[in-house]
Amino acid sequence: MPNTDMNDSSMNEIRQIFETECSDGLDVIEAGLLALEGGDDNLDTVNDIFRGAHSIKGGAATFGYTNIAEFTHVMETLLDKVRSEELAVSPPLVKIFLQAVDCLRSMVETMDGGDYDIERTEEIKTELSSWLDKVPSSDETDLEAGAEAVNLPAEFHAMAWDISFVPASSFLLSGNQPQHIFRALAELGEVVVTPNTSAMPEMSEFNPEEMYLSWDIELIADVDKKQILEEFDWVETECKVEVTEREVTPVDSENQRIADRRAMGGGTDRRQGSRRGGKKDAGSIRVDIEKIDALLNLVGEMVINQSMLNNQFNSRNHSEDGGSTKQVGVTASAELDQSLSLLERTTRELQEAVMKIRMLPVSTTFNRYPRLVYDLSSKLGKNVELKITGENTELDKTVLEKIGDPLLHLIRNSLDHGIENPEERVAAGKEEIGTIHLSASHEGGSVVIRVTDDGAGLNTEKILKKAIEKGLVEVDERPSEQQINDLVFHAGFSTADVVTDVSGRGVGMDVVRNNIEDIGGRVEVHSERGKGSTFQITLPLTLAILDGQLIQVGSEVYVIPLLSIVETVQVDLERINVISGSETIYRLRGEVIPVVDMRTLYKIPELDSLGSYENKQLVIIESERRRIGLVVDALLDQHQVVIKSLETNYVKISGILGATILGDGTVSLIVDVTTLGETAREDTAGLTQH
Amino acid sequence: MSDNEKLQEELNQYLTFILNDEEYGVPILTVRGIQGWEKTTPIPNSPDYVMGIINLRGEVVPIIDLRKRFHLETIPYGAHTVVIVVRIGEEDKQRTVGLVVDGVADVHDIDDENIRKTPEFGKQVNNDFVRGLGLIDEKMVIILEIDQLVDWQKVPGGNAEIDVLETGGASVEEGLATTEAA
Repeated sequence: MPNTDMNDSSMNEIRQIFETECSDGLDVIEAGLLALEGGDDNLDTVNDIFRGAHSIKGGAATFGYTNIAEFTHVMETLLDKVRSEELAVSPPLVKIFLQAVDCLRSMVETMDGGDYDIERTEEIKTELSSWLDKVPSSDETDLEAGAEAVNLPAEFHAMAWDISFVPASSFLLSGNQPQHIFRALAELGEVVVTPNTSAMPEMSEFNPEEMYLSWDIELIADVDKKQILEEFDWVETECKVEVTEREVTPVDSENQRIADRRAMGGGTDRRQGSRRGGKKDAGSIRVDIEKIDALLNLVGEMVINQSMLNNQFNSRNHSEDGGSTKQVGVTASAELDQSLSLLERTTRELQEAVMKIRMLPVSTTFNRYPRLVYDLSSKLGKNVELKITGENTELDKTVLEKIGDPLLHLIRNSLDHGIENPEERVAAGKEEIGTIHLSASHEGGSVVIRVTDDGAGLNTEKILKKAIEKGLVEVDERPSEQQINDLVFHAGFSTADVVTDVSGRGVGMDVVRNNIEDIGGRVEVHSERGKGSTFQITLPLTLAILDGQLIQVGSEVYVIPLLSIVETVQVDLERINVISGSETIYRLRGEVIPVVDMRTLYKIPELDSLGSYENKQLVIIESERRRIGLVVDALLDQHQVVIKSLETNYVKISGILGATILGDGTVSLIVDVTTLGETAREDTAGLTQH
Repeated sequence: MSDNEKLQEELNQYLTFILNDEEYGVPILTVRGIQGWEKTTPIPNSPDYVMGIINLRGEVVPIIDLRKRFHLETIPYGAHTVVIVVRIGEEDKQRTVGLVVDGVADVHDIDDENIRKTPEFGKQVNNDFVRGLGLIDEKMVIILEIDQLVDWQKVPGGNAEIDVLETGGASVEEGLATTEAA
């Protein structure tokens, strides 16, 4: 039961923070457990797990979630045995811990309402306790200590303070709120707050304006008594506070570390050292994403204003060149030029810095997968190791959120279809343990994520057979191997012999492709029979800015995302064919590419009909595995453009990704390449489809 | 004057403009600015009265030609052509749009009791656009219901669900747009 004497909004706020901290903590525990499973026997890993469990317990006790606190306490006690090496790490132990993490997660998720599986939770708790029984009891740790349970094993802490906080009965009258003090103490280090309700009267005698509670607070922090008392300064006259230091027994490596740091006079990183949330952040704050976006918008404006200023200066300079400029004018303009380029550089740097705020390492998403692989491989009876590299590569938060599910699907797919059974692997002369390699890296201006497995590779014959069955490929057609592989991204395509609940419902790969293309990315597959497959995802660094190719059609300038442009060619009239009077195609190195005229595509009356293709440029773009040639009048610069949504003040328009403001202040539309593919497909249906 | 009184006074103030020799008014609190006509960037798949978008201090703002919107005879844009930038829509979805008018006229105080209900106009001006007729001495100002100026459901992609339900078979172009937004 949550403590209800705090006012609702601040309680909710705190609860939210607690919820986030819990789920962070659970992530740490899970990652640690999987590392242990993978053979990592580092004591630090065990400590990380322990700390994660410990802070969840502390938080839960503070907010009155006794179920969570008690459950975590059992986990913690068992973990402590592992830490002290009384209990060896074994796969069944890791398994029960992982199950415990799941239970905890559902408890945390249902914190503000909803049901979790109490039976299951009890089951796991009992099982954890039974593990504990297997350990020869060497100390007095008592599981059944109830409220005492939230107190910590004393031998563990370096600096422990016991604070007795007894507010006067008039405490609330002066507007004091004990939770503010608890929060302030929590800033110093870890706190465990135990309320003492013994002074609570009968309901009939209860005066809501009087304070009946008192608290015992345990604080683990690298602070001195004075610092603690400072937190009570405001309420000094309204309460009784006693602070006592508890004895410190440096028994383990961690205590040693803290002691070392203290010895070195390292009070500087007090916060980092004492906060054992298990997160290795170098001090961070949580900021509303809207605030960052507002900042990003402003900086975007500044970049535009800056380039407008530059343009004006250049054109003025130009006109002055024609006349007879005085010497003074020249010097002044050279100085101005210099200041302007300085300003330009700073503006760019500022923009980059703000963009970086939105960037998160891909590990935030990658960390979900080890657990998935662990669960799935045992379910499928396969032996699979997930290798992760480049997890520190940074991506825009929005992009990151949107690749989670596609990646999940790709990994599942590799596990289910790619990696063979251990017997098959041995028979094929491979190592029994299959490997899935998840990697991220910067390549050019984009981030490339690869899911590589050393499994059987795509079965091209089976895919081709299926494709012919479905009428996607003509019987007498002889597609290349790559073309066959690409068929897996076709809607409703699955070659799994048996439809499993893991994958193989045939709704997979095309959804993966669509999701990735929605965020301006690309996905490709490379596969070698018997050796494995690689799915490669190329993503833009961010959704707020894109690298664009400016093109001109009539008097209008449009932007085409550079990532989707394959190449541009000058139109060779010899290579153009008009089929049945309406569909235009272009032959490029043996490939037949449907041609779309920007003028007819956007149906803008002011752009008169193209007439002749002479002297035009053909921009070859790729979308949904199809190439389309876009006829434009001229290619202009390449620019980084800030994407502005049309929906803010208007509506979403098909074929338009958004708008951007160019250096001269005019607005330009950004071509949505994905819908362009659809439009073109409508136009050329029947030509290349069958 | 207290803030409240000031607001009350502003609530009764209307910016009036000329369109085809008639004087129209919009509540002054919705007006964000007045500027000259500038070239717009046309948007494909849009109604003819949407002239395109412009850059308004970093914001991308659509421009609506009121003559075209009211099916009046169009005249070439000139030196007096003015764009009134207004904020329209409900609390949860407000949009900034520019309205092209012949010229700005005045600012008038019109109390609610001086605003008459609209009679049936017939064809020329759709009744949905008019909130009432404001009387100032002997003059009459048509007070616009500017929230109704753009029928977002009619803009392809504006409100896909309703559009699909009502029209059933949309044109190819619209069909594409609506499925895209859905």
